Amino acid sequence: MVKKGEWVRIKKVLLPVGERAPQDPEDTKATPLVMWTKGFLKENAEIGDEVEVVTAVGRTETGELTEVNPYYTHSYGKFVPELVEIDRRYREFLFGGDE
Amino acid sequence: MALAKDYASVMGRKGEVMKAALGMDYDEFESGSIAFDYEKMMRSTGFTLEEIERVQSLTGVGNTPLFELRNLTALARKCAKPGFGATICAKDECSNPSGSFKARRAACAVAFAKKNGYKGVIAATSGNYGAAVASQAAMQGLKCIIVQEAFDSKEVGQPEIIEKARACEALGAEVVQITVGPELFYEAISLLEDTEYFNASLYSPFGIAGIETLGYEIAMQCRERFGKDPDVVVCTNAGGGMVTGTARGLRKAGANDSKVYAASIDLTGLHMASDNQFNKKSCTTGHTGFGVPFATWPDRSDVPRSAARPLRYMDRYVTVTQGEVMCITELLATFEGIERGPAGNTALAAAFCIAQEMPEDQILVISETEYTGAGKHVQPQLDFARDNGIEVRFGNPDEDKPGVNVIIPESAKDFRVKDLDINRMRNSLIKKALTTYTLEPTEEDVKFLAEETALTVEEVKARIEEIKKAL
Repeated sequence: MVKKGEWVRIKKVLLPVGERAPQDPEDTKATPLVMWTKGFLKENAEIGDEVEVVTAVGRTETGELTEVNPYYTHSYGKFVPELVEIDRRYREFLFGGDE
Repeated sequence: MALAKDYASVMGRKGEVMKAALGMDYDEFESGSIAFDYEKMMRSTGFTLEEIERVQSLTGVGNTPLFELRNLTALARKCAKPGFGATICAKDECSNPSGSFKARRAACAVAFAKKNGYKGVIAATSGNYGAAVASQAAMQGLKCIIVQEAFDSKEVGQPEIIEKARACEALGAEVVQITVGPELFYEAISLLEDTEYFNASLYSPFGIAGIETLGYEIAMQCRERFGKDPDVVVCTNAGGGMVTGTARGLRKAGANDSKVYAASIDLTGLHMASDNQFNKKSCTTGHTGFGVPFATWPDRSDVPRSAARPLRYMDRYVTVTQGEVMCITELLATFEGIERGPAGNTALAAAFCIAQEMPEDQILVISETEYTGAGKHVQPQLDFARDNGIEVRFGNPDEDKPGVNVIIPESAKDFRVKDLDINRMRNSLIKKALTTYTLEPTEEDVKFLAEETALTVEEVKARIEEIKKAL
């Protein structure tokens, strides 16, 4: 159970398929417009429940409970060998073999 | 009774919502035809350049250093013919509180919102502007919501955009993330309606007036250091604000001979609103997907009339490739010792080529740098590209195919820019104005279109006749 007052992430369908903007390309039209936000959970609930949260600005928003204590996992990425190769090649071109 | 929130209903209320959310009535500037009073709109901020400087300095915005990029200049000279290779300088806009020049835009918008009694501000942006508005809202004591186009339908987002969401939250804002689509503005309007917050649009007069100090500072710093105005200023171009504001600031400083060039990453062929293609790009801003449509028709934004009107100010518009931008970003770090970008380095990739066309005694300035962080860095962006089936390899930039590969220039000599046809873009703007408003433009309309396209009245008249014949 996720307790009232916990910081959570919710998601909500804003526009279902069939109600999207007319100018959307076909592939986008075939998907719903989905929204995510975060806030303090208003009542005890389970993941997947429809819940109410109070967001960082104090707004009440509703949606499906997807995560508790959400956090970021983006990083500096896996090694890309081309980057050290750029340094080697361009340095050699500018400064010559022996710097 | 709750308001209907379907797409058509919300967009149908756009006019009244905007009037309340912008604190100004755009009808005041309209002529009832093609023309509107652009300069009157720009004056409507009520801020002079001096007042904007004051507002910005209160929150530590502006007065950023101008770096001379000595090793990249040397590299450009090594590739150029003898006697060529202008000195390349970078305005280190990363030094602003939120890490980009967008702090200048946000400072004025948030100050106006505060002065006019709004409780909070909303901005629809997946870029650095989000953190800028969040930062200014924190400093000036307002609430802040950032609406971000963040994910494809599988909830996969570009690392660059995820980092920008993190930054906004870290600065106290609520971040509302949505899946790809032009409905970004629909959701922003809906939130403006519910909260009665101020619309801190990138395209309002505040959003543009705030950049004028940047152009002004560039002129002053060049005079101080080199004893003359910059010969060329290269601006990364997406929505057109940077080009417009910088050029206006240069003019206010009297730097009338400085040329202003726009540069975008070429993403031709990728549809910006496509769910499938959303994660096939490896840079999420500074590209032609925004740059070209906003230049040829600025009034497609979230305000009735955009204050960003880049065709009025650009002397040249060039494109570079994603691979060139990634490569120059790596070189900026290892050759110059400053980790910045990548997207903001679009102008730098272009400048590296353009400097080679200019004599050694000339000065070329790129108008911005931006902060680098987890996700927002060459390595995660190239790694993400690979994970999404994009081929990353060394080669000739001519082999570049957006959405298919990222080609890192084999050598410094392989960098090149491609010129976009500004004349065609001017015709496109005139045609759109005629078909949107009237085929029988007034004298005032013709004069307005001349200002919009930086052409003479006679040239505009001739083009109108040609366009009408072809319709």
